[in-house]
Amino acid sequence: MKKLLNNWIVQVLLFLSLLGLTAYGSQMINDIIPPYLLMIAFFIGINLIMALGLNLITGVTGQLSLGHAAFMSIGAYSSAIATVNFDLPFLLGVLIGGLIASVFGVIIGFPTLRLTGDYLAISTLGFAEIVRVQFTNMKITNGAIGFLGIEGSTTFPIVMTIAVLMICLMVWLENSRNGRAMLAIREDEVASSAVGINTTLYKIQAFAIGAFCAGVGGALFAHTTTFIQPTDFGFQKSVDILSIVVLGGLGSIPGTIIGAIVLTAAPEILRPLSNYRMIVYGLLLVVIMIFRPYGLMGGVNLRQAVRRAMMFPKKKQAGREE
Amino acid sequence: MLTLEKINVSYGSIRALHGISLEVKKGEIVALIGANGAGKSTTLRTISGLLKPSNKDSRITFKDVQIQGMLPHKIVEMGLSHVPEGRRVFPEMSVYENLLMGAHSRKGKPGQADFDRVYHHFPRLKERIKQLAGTLSGGEQQMLAMGRALMARPDLLILDEPSMGLAPMLVEEIFHIIEDINVAGTTILLVEQNAHLALEISNRAYVLETGEIVLEGLAQDLATNEDIRKSYLGE
Ligand SMILES: Nc1ncnc2c1ncn2[C@@H]1O[C@H](COP(=O)(O)OP(=O)(O)OP(=O)(O)O)[C@@H](O)[C@H]1O
Ligand SMILES: [Mg+2]
Repeated sequence: MKKLLNNWIVQVLLFLSLLGLTAYGSQMINDIIPPYLLMIAFFIGINLIMALGLNLITGVTGQLSLGHAAFMSIGAYSSAIATVNFDLPFLLGVLIGGLIASVFGVIIGFPTLRLTGDYLAISTLGFAEIVRVQFTNMKITNGAIGFLGIEGSTTFPIVMTIAVLMICLMVWLENSRNGRAMLAIREDEVASSAVGINTTLYKIQAFAIGAFCAGVGGALFAHTTTFIQPTDFGFQKSVDILSIVVLGGLGSIPGTIIGAIVLTAAPEILRPLSNYRMIVYGLLLVVIMIFRPYGLMGGVNLRQAVRRAMMFPKKKQAGREE
Repeated sequence: MLTLEKINVSYGSIRALHGISLEVKKGEIVALIGANGAGKSTTLRTISGLLKPSNKDSRITFKDVQIQGMLPHKIVEMGLSHVPEGRRVFPEMSVYENLLMGAHSRKGKPGQADFDRVYHHFPRLKERIKQLAGTLSGGEQQMLAMGRALMARPDLLILDEPSMGLAPMLVEEIFHIIEDINVAGTTILLVEQNAHLALEISNRAYVLETGEIVLEGLAQDLATNEDIRKSYLGE
């Protein structure tokens, strides 16, 4: 069984069937659930895609970034310009959004070579503000008034398929040579250099991939809401995405998934509380962090837990055979 | 194998090293001893590329290649591994993963032979391959840090105070292992506060005082030197 799973042809087949299943399943969900719930599901998917990117930068590689919304906005605006001004197909626009955000990820990745911790956080924050002000003043983005007339091309199956694609990418990366090097940088940067890890390369790589995810998320966002303005991508948005990663458990992919679901759905579920909604939401965050200081899935080794759960019935069976 | 010529290093305005020159020949164990703050760690960090000399006429040569100004990972790829002061294992990774990281600089996956070589020197690590490195004892962490460095198959291993904070029994064990590693073909540059043991296993030694080399020679000569006995061997 294990050998079979290690065969790359089997892996590719599994991967493709997973994507197919996702597309099919989400189409079914799309047809069944009410539009209001569907909208929440849309945003869970989009937030998840962006949070996976930030998880790589902050959770895995340990580079605290407070500017994730900037990459999102770059993806949103450049994809919107691509599909509206240049009449490019939607999916190509999404790809362009991701790639341009990624280029900016590399650029903002450079300060990380000299800065760490709080200092890096401040500089990413500054970068995000610069980007936001730029979009407010540019003609092509229609400034503060906002970019109108984007087609609502994003569909639920597209969001879900891309989300699953990103999860697979992150799982694969986590178990790769590159992913381990990123984790080592978070653990101890000096020791990483000492064992021959090119810390520069992997930090920039993390920013490039992380920003790509945010850009793709932003592009999907723009083509969902059909209208975007610079205030959609302020500091609050960066904090929202960071909350998902921290609440889920820094560096944990399952944690990021659960974080995206909980934190996207919570404000909607709390909507009946009207004015008290954000207070309760804030309290919820505080309470979770008190009881699970390392995040919901922090410190949980999922693979070990699953293996343990699977071992148990096996032993029982062996006993029965005796 | 390694030569340093006229190395100056400063931290901001503080000069830590003043014109250090030293040499390590193939197959040797060379000790660098000195009091706290003498600049021992600074010397090692400069060799492995983590710090840069501040003067232009400085020269660091490893295997006949000038390595000053090279990035640390390039230097590791050339066969020089540094076990930093205070072990610095990756705490949230298992022993096995730490060793795997040690082989990062080599293209391709490390073979069983690489792991076996580490287990040969450090049998205790083998029993603990699944344990998180952060939960190992201090001595075990030191062994892991050294094993991790060996995974890169270095020709020159530089060790920064491997005996720090270890019980006397364990210190002896570590020093025996260092000798074994040397006999198996790895050249060693050793920084130590425990001058007694360091001089015992070394061929040659340098004495560093406030950023300058004040004495150098055969280890056995230094071990009988009056000044050294007074200042570093506590006699
Ligand atoms: N990051 C730093 N910033 C400023 N000064 C430093 C820094 N690191 C070391 N120094 C100074 O440089 C000098 C040499 O330090 P170094 O760590 O090389 O000493 P050492 O010989 O390794 O000492 P020890 O035996 O205590 O480890 C000391 O005076 C120290 O205060
Ligand atoms: Mg030191």
